[in-house]
Amino acid sequence: MTTPENMGNHSADAAETEGLAAWIDRRLPVVSAFRSEYVDFRLPRNLNWLWNFGAILTAVLLLMLATGIFLAMNYTPTNAGAFLSVEAIDRQLSGGWLLRAMHMTGANLFLAALYIHLFRGLYYGSYKAPREILWLTGLLLLVMVMATAFAGYMLPWGQMSYWGADVITKAVGAVPLIGTALEHVMTGSDHLGDVFLHRFFVLHFLMAFLVVAVVGLHVVAIHVSGSNNPLGIEPKTKKDTLTFHPYYTTKDLVGLIIFALIFSLLMFFWPNLLAEPSNYTPADPMHTPADIEPEWYFLPFYGLLQSVPSKFGGLVAAAGSIAVLFFLPWLDRSPIRSARFRPVCRAGLFGLVIAFVLLALGGKHHAEGVWMLIARLAGLYYFGYFLVLLPLASRREKTRPLPASISAAQGDA
Amino acid sequence: MTMHRLSSLALALGLAVFPVAALAGIPEPVTPPHQTWSFEGPFGQFDQKSLQRGFMVYDRVCSTCHGMKTLTYNDLRGIGMSEQAVLELAHSKMLAGPPDASGQPTMRAAQPDDHFRSPFPSDEAAAAMMGGVAPPDQSRLAVIQPHGADWLYAFLTGYRMPPPADAPVVPGKFYNDWVDGHLIGMPPPLMNGIIQYPDGTPATVEQQARDVTTFLVWASDPHRNARHRIGMWTVLYLVALLALAIAWKKKIWKRVKAQ
Repeated sequence: MTTPENMGNHSADAAETEGLAAWIDRRLPVVSAFRSEYVDFRLPRNLNWLWNFGAILTAVLLLMLATGIFLAMNYTPTNAGAFLSVEAIDRQLSGGWLLRAMHMTGANLFLAALYIHLFRGLYYGSYKAPREILWLTGLLLLVMVMATAFAGYMLPWGQMSYWGADVITKAVGAVPLIGTALEHVMTGSDHLGDVFLHRFFVLHFLMAFLVVAVVGLHVVAIHVSGSNNPLGIEPKTKKDTLTFHPYYTTKDLVGLIIFALIFSLLMFFWPNLLAEPSNYTPADPMHTPADIEPEWYFLPFYGLLQSVPSKFGGLVAAAGSIAVLFFLPWLDRSPIRSARFRPVCRAGLFGLVIAFVLLALGGKHHAEGVWMLIARLAGLYYFGYFLVLLPLASRREKTRPLPASISAAQGDA
Repeated sequence: MTMHRLSSLALALGLAVFPVAALAGIPEPVTPPHQTWSFEGPFGQFDQKSLQRGFMVYDRVCSTCHGMKTLTYNDLRGIGMSEQAVLELAHSKMLAGPPDASGQPTMRAAQPDDHFRSPFPSDEAAAAMMGGVAPPDQSRLAVIQPHGADWLYAFLTGYRMPPPADAPVVPGKFYNDWVDGHLIGMPPPLMNGIIQYPDGTPATVEQQARDVTTFLVWASDPHRNARHRIGMWTVLYLVALLALAIAWKKKIWKRVKAQ
């Protein structure tokens, strides 16, 4: 936080104490840094439950690393061995079924939490100055997590893994001029087999740790710029803020436990809600499944990919739908952050959520028949919102008046 | 699978619903009638007696044509077989051993950690011997097959001998209500009294179908009992923890309101 009240008063506390902690702290200020960033750190007092998702995502990421390492120890990245090694983890490895269930449920809920986290940023205008770098590192994380999830889904080497890889590598092959070369770089040989699997296994593992590194940057950025809040106005006095501990530690704890409950219910009682049964059939290049479709979290992009008549055009649309988010801080020039005070932007944003869901449904129905039209309209709206509606609204929109301060808005001033 | 795929949750997340798997080669006719199974629902548990009878049916009948190659004999401890019984069962199965000193193929008795013996040396051999189509592996059949247990039971009890008068007659094919086109190369596998259950349960076709279906569902989800048991305790624990966390949070945040 940049408020003057909380600067420079904690390192003094740590320096006064005697002993090993103080000795270390004078040489490497880990103790005082932890104190100032995670105990005394001041956050706006009005954060709602949507601000729990940062902590939730950190927890899921750690769970993915912890389970993933043990899964990797028992996995064989070969055409002949991959499917069987995953079966052996599920059946014969002691506790293996639970490790794998956590990793699978974790992957799904990671993406779900990430989309909610992203929506929160969109709704409350968290991408605007001074949080552009925070927004960009977050988007980078989104792209990296999606790539990691895609690589991870290849590993069990079931029918959906194989044919999903087939669709994506062929889509990459449709890039003009360099497509064939790119496709070959991805697959590593003329067919999807040992080289491809080994490559994606290493990439999956590597990406997971690169994600941790970028999360580090993301967290540093938020500790420099401070959290945005539902009102989208900066805290002005100490009255507008609360310390991270004990206020937001207890609030995050409640959010984490609720999330763990949802996680457990899905994992223990409804595991098939998130798993595609046909991926329990080993990969078979000779039999194309009747219905190739990605995991739910890729469906909106799959909808864009399929609703454009040209293969390359589809690829551009799908990639562009994420790329456009990177330009958002410069497309939306309105000084007002929170959609609460921007009626046009708010309605447009709910439309965006509907368009995203419609694109997902379009992807699910392979953009066939009426779904082709729906997916195209939804795709147009998606890009229209960012490229036309937001830039126009930032100039013309009649915004609602902002409160004087956060504490004034809560009636405590 | 008898468990319903709750599409409502996916919708609640604002995202799409998942498909009922349409796997190449496995037809999906009309919905089979729902049966009551002890293992269905979030608290369902497998009936161990039925699992053991079902394994008998699998071992004597199904395994002559269908493999279940991701399971090991040791996995049968999960249906309540004793270590000794598993050892004896494994020893009764002969597998291909290493070539002998003169390079001749040999046979050896299976060990508990060996995978189930496959009825054919390869899928190609199976297809060649079984009229062009290899009998599908049954390790995950119950989860891949739409309507899982209900379909398996309906299929196993759905052969009609003689076939209905208006059904086409094709040599080498059998009439079954629950397959695409009603004709299938697989002959009716179950007959009344084809085996005798050691626990005295009458081995009717329906009883055998129920038991072997239970076993197939177990094979595709062998840790379901533990999953449901651990899940129940985990959820109870988290609910208690949530109550404490909410109480703590409220106590802390009272100070804010008092400010």
